[in-house]
Amino acid sequence: MNNLLVANSVSKNFGDFKALNNVSIEVPKGSIFGLLGPNGAGKTTLIRIINQITMPDTGNVFLDGEPLKAHHIQDIGYLPEERGLYKSMKVGEQVLYLAQLKGLSKAEAKKRLKFWFEKLEIGDWWDKKIQELSKGMAQKIQFVVTVLHQPKLLIFDEPFSGFDPINANLIKDQILQLREDGATVIFATHRMESVEELCDHIALIHKSNKILDGKLQDIKRQYKTNTFEVGLVASNETQLTQIINEKFETAPANFKSLNNDLKLNIKLKPSESSNNLLSFLTSIAQVNHFNELIPSANDIFIQTVENSKS
Amino acid sequence: MNHLSLIIKREYLTKVKNKSFIIMTILSPMIMIALIAVVAYLSQLNNNKERTISILDESGLVSSIFKNTEYTTYTILKDLSLDEAKDLVEEKEEYGLLYIASGTDINDIAKTIKFYSQDTPSLTFLSSLETKLERKLTDLKLQQDGVDTDKIKASRTSIDIAQESYEGEKTSKIDNIVKLAFGGIAGYLLFMFIIIYGNMIMRSVIEEKTSRIIEIIISSVKPIQLMMGKIIGTSLAGITQFVVWIILGSVLMVIVSAIFGINMSEMQAPQQEMMQQAMASQDMQMQAQQMIAAIYNLPLTNMIIAFVLFFVGGYLLYSSLYAAIGAAVDNETDTQQFMMPILMPLILAVYVGIFTVIEDPHGTVSTVFSFIPLTSPVVMLMRIFLLGFHYGNN
Repeated sequence: MNNLLVANSVSKNFGDFKALNNVSIEVPKGSIFGLLGPNGAGKTTLIRIINQITMPDTGNVFLDGEPLKAHHIQDIGYLPEERGLYKSMKVGEQVLYLAQLKGLSKAEAKKRLKFWFEKLEIGDWWDKKIQELSKGMAQKIQFVVTVLHQPKLLIFDEPFSGFDPINANLIKDQILQLREDGATVIFATHRMESVEELCDHIALIHKSNKILDGKLQDIKRQYKTNTFEVGLVASNETQLTQIINEKFETAPANFKSLNNDLKLNIKLKPSESSNNLLSFLTSIAQVNHFNELIPSANDIFIQTVENSKS
Repeated sequence: MNHLSLIIKREYLTKVKNKSFIIMTILSPMIMIALIAVVAYLSQLNNNKERTISILDESGLVSSIFKNTEYTTYTILKDLSLDEAKDLVEEKEEYGLLYIASGTDINDIAKTIKFYSQDTPSLTFLSSLETKLERKLTDLKLQQDGVDTDKIKASRTSIDIAQESYEGEKTSKIDNIVKLAFGGIAGYLLFMFIIIYGNMIMRSVIEEKTSRIIEIIISSVKPIQLMMGKIIGTSLAGITQFVVWIILGSVLMVIVSAIFGINMSEMQAPQQEMMQQAMASQDMQMQAQQMIAAIYNLPLTNMIIAFVLFFVGGYLLYSSLYAAIGAAVDNETDTQQFMMPILMPLILAVYVGIFTVIEDPHGTVSTVFSFIPLTSPVVMLMRIFLLGFHYGNN
């Protein structure tokens, strides 16, 4: 069993509105799975179905090979996008209560809580009320609530919104650490830079349909255009450009460089190898920049969404 | 099950530990008692005023019936004309002057009786004077016509129909009055309880939504557990407050009356005095004794069982309606519109209870409303003590 979570053609309607249309995803064990999509695509609906907050109209969900049942709640940690805690309750009491609801014993919860509070340097908040904390501080507490019962599957819905860069980094490191410890992470977001950093699998949902999924590397390979960014030291730029244009398809490029050189994007045909290009270029000028253009998650996101519109 | 008890515990503790809850739990009975003490003190001030009444009885027939009491002094004026008497009474700033003209025909005398005073006299005082005069003049008239008034007094018979059911259960009118009173109090208590604590449940249901924690909770427990936990936890907090109110209230009442000497029996002394004189005092004593006996004779176990059953059932029914409203709206301002449909049957039940149950506890109207779920708890609480509760018989 390599997949921790499998959703099979899940559909959900709210009245006439189709929130999910035959969406299937497979989340491999130990991966960080990015669930991507523009606003209102259906990400949160899918997450709620996984959390058994709502039931799918058709289709089914398996966790660790078993159909989803009530007791699986203990195996899932969920950080919703809409953050909230009981405002008038004290931090310590509140986290203990929520952990007990997830099936931990009080003593065990207390022990783990001490550990986490130390780790996130929030030990002295125990007796504070949530309403005395800032938004970011409350979010840290919620993060602890999500991970405290050591679930197999962690679901984070926009986990970094509202954090300053330092705390965002802290949380990011914790997520990576949790993955090291064996947890699987589903990560819903439309912030592509964090996807780039963290995810190894992604699924892209747009207008209730899944339009793309797979390993991030594979997808990138699929979307790459065989384009290379080159920087050449040239005495006569126009002449040099002409020579290259005779053999390859080029476009002006823009990247940061220390020298005033000729910058070009050169696109290769599938049959040509990058070595050929490089040896050709070295024969006519001095090369000080050579880089394959890899599509960013952002580019892929925009491109796929735009394509699906047409 | 474990989740449910956790939720109940949290709901109860957060309610009870809340500062405003603690303050109101302690303050409310104090305010109530302070209010009662102030009202009592003020009416005592008003009633304890001693009154001096002058009486100018030109007929000489009735002056003998006025005897001084603790708060009222009667002065019989003699050999004065009406105008002189008025001047004198005004000068002395007495409460007023009662004038009875001379004459032989009692009907004529009765028509001439007048009360002169600076301000409008107290109504109760005036009617007590009227009763006294009426009694005396009636006696005089009877004597004039040759009737022996002593014989009439002796032949007066009082009747109190004893009641007994076919099963041999004995009751009396006073028993029923006492039962009705207890039923009324119980029904009204439920009504108050629902209004005060129903809202609390509604607010606690909205709490998760306004604080946005709902998704976390709902992904950990079943919604039904959350709802049950909230209703039970909040109700327990409500009961706690109610009990504290009752205990604190009665303790304070005792303390206050001990310190300030405000005693219920003294409080309305002048009125009571008149009442006692107006009524044959023996009857009163008899009735009071019967009343106490009736209270002791109440089927306490049955009553408590019935009370708990209908109180809990009725409260849970209404509180789940309140909870439903809380679940249907997103914030508290939206709840206002939904209050009406809940309050209507409740108010209807109280009015049915007051107007029909007292008139005829087993009549069609009372019976029908006892079967309608929304009015049943209040109406049944009012009826139940009269029914000779036979566990499901009624």
